[in-house]
Amino acid sequence: MILKGTAHKYGKNVDTDVIIPGRYCNLIDPVELGKHALEDLDANFVKKAKPGDLIVADTNFGCGSSREVAAVALKGAGVAGVVAKSFARIFYRNCINTGLPIFECPEGVDGISDGDRITVDADQGIIRNESTGKEYKATQFPKFMQDLIAGGGLLNYVEKRLQEKAARTT
Amino acid sequence: MARSMTLTEKILAAHSGRADVSPGDIISIDLDLVMANELSAAVAITEFRKIKGATKVWDRSKIALVPSHFTPNKDIATATLSKMMRDFAQEQSIEHYFEVGRGGIEHVVLPENGFVGPGMTIIGGDSHTTTYGGVGAFATGVGSTDIAAAFATGEMWLRVPPSIKITYEGSLRPFTSAKDIILATIGQLGVDGAIYCALEFAGPVIRELPISGRFTMANMSIEAGAKNGIFPVDATTEAYCAAVGKKDYTIYYADKNAQYAQSTVIDCSKIEPQVAIPWLPENTKNASDLNDIEVHQAVIGTCTNGRIEDMRQAAEILKGRKVHPRVRAIVIPGSQKVYMQCLKEGLAEIFIEAGCVVSTPTCGPCVGGHMGVLADGERCISTTNRNFRGRMGHVKSEVYLAGPYVAAASAVTGHIAGPEQLGKPVAA
Repeated sequence: MILKGTAHKYGKNVDTDVIIPGRYCNLIDPVELGKHALEDLDANFVKKAKPGDLIVADTNFGCGSSREVAAVALKGAGVAGVVAKSFARIFYRNCINTGLPIFECPEGVDGISDGDRITVDADQGIIRNESTGKEYKATQFPKFMQDLIAGGGLLNYVEKRLQEKAARTT
Repeated sequence: MARSMTLTEKILAAHSGRADVSPGDIISIDLDLVMANELSAAVAITEFRKIKGATKVWDRSKIALVPSHFTPNKDIATATLSKMMRDFAQEQSIEHYFEVGRGGIEHVVLPENGFVGPGMTIIGGDSHTTTYGGVGAFATGVGSTDIAAAFATGEMWLRVPPSIKITYEGSLRPFTSAKDIILATIGQLGVDGAIYCALEFAGPVIRELPISGRFTMANMSIEAGAKNGIFPVDATTEAYCAAVGKKDYTIYYADKNAQYAQSTVIDCSKIEPQVAIPWLPENTKNASDLNDIEVHQAVIGTCTNGRIEDMRQAAEILKGRKVHPRVRAIVIPGSQKVYMQCLKEGLAEIFIEAGCVVSTPTCGPCVGGHMGVLADGERCISTTNRNFRGRMGHVKSEVYLAGPYVAAASAVTGHIAGPEQLGKPVAA
């Protein structure tokens, strides 16, 4: 999968409350959630972001709440992926589970400025800054997570586990 | 021979059928308890329905569903989410569903009903599920899809976290509570200081700490980025379990030669009452250095500080005193049981006499949901756990985090203050 878009760059500790404020956590619909994505951090984000754009941020992106709607809201706003120096752990799991591509790449974050055009080869984890011509390699997911993603996500994995269990008991 | 392990590693090894585990291993663990509130459950139920082959939950006695966040329902949208969870509980004959009026905030309700105990593995659709580490359980927060998977299988995959050991030496100063220690700890570690790690608490101060204080500290482990925070089990833990009727648990101990990614000693004798200023829990200062900061609201309660011991601390300050004319003080007992205890001990009367509102148990204001949302430019001193931008309402409102003593003292003075800065109560 190749992702191509403009980078919207933010700092450290972008928390789930600014990704989707608590007042919208009674919503479930991705499109409705997407209308408020990053509203309390950057009120213009939804206006300026185009479908396929990427977020580039410093350390501890997604810290705070377990609200899965944070990942869903970003997807709903058309965000194609997030490149960060590090991710908070619950958000990290939620991205894998909701299919929001994430890339841990400290050098890439330092080498990308707000508004740069970037291309990401999601399968290889190669991030290319088209504005500077430089390329960066994201940290590889552990094998288990690669298989989980390649296998269609957590729910498919669960279906397989249930079949295994059923086979064992019969 | 199995390798020497930390407390967290011991529990994870035992629940994954392995002799030992090492940090970085990806394992599947059997779960002893899976919790969700109305916000996380609604999405989890939707995901659960998508799983082919999962019509029934794996074990209806090991799931707890607790309406808590926007309850009693604040609007039609939240009423709909609550209804989804209630209907699911009925359909699946979930044994532990706590209706409004019979429960409260999940992290107060589950312990006081004897559902959490030493050595257990617990996940919850709420980041503050780490609370249960207070009784020596491995407990961590996850998103709704992970909850859906756990509903179906009773299992979860995870990466074994490296452990960070924090030893608390010295002794607590007057009016310094567990909240002040954990705020000081987060101030030292930073909000990502324990990212992907387990925090293991130890030392003489911890041994003296009641379980309520241990819950407060474990609760905020997530604010340092930790996967879980855990306390060694001791006589205090066992007495607590006996009191709440928790039986049949296994006690694990960290091995003597266990390896920690980091070991830190904190001298509690140096910790004054703390306040974390916007916009991160790591921005900790001494309360006494923030006297020129006026407050408009004080919130005392929630999953961090909504237990009876916290209510007693607030009442100790508010007895015979009045809330400042500019301040709205909102006291939220964490559960119906805590509320009843406040009535029995005369604490509710103290709060009302002082000019506080005493609210039904709810997470309400902490998440900017209801029961105390802030307007543009308003400032709240709060015993909650997060002071992120817009957390309690308007994007230009501010939350200052503190323990019950400081929150109550600030409600009286109208600005941030430590209890030692108060004059004598006006009436006996």
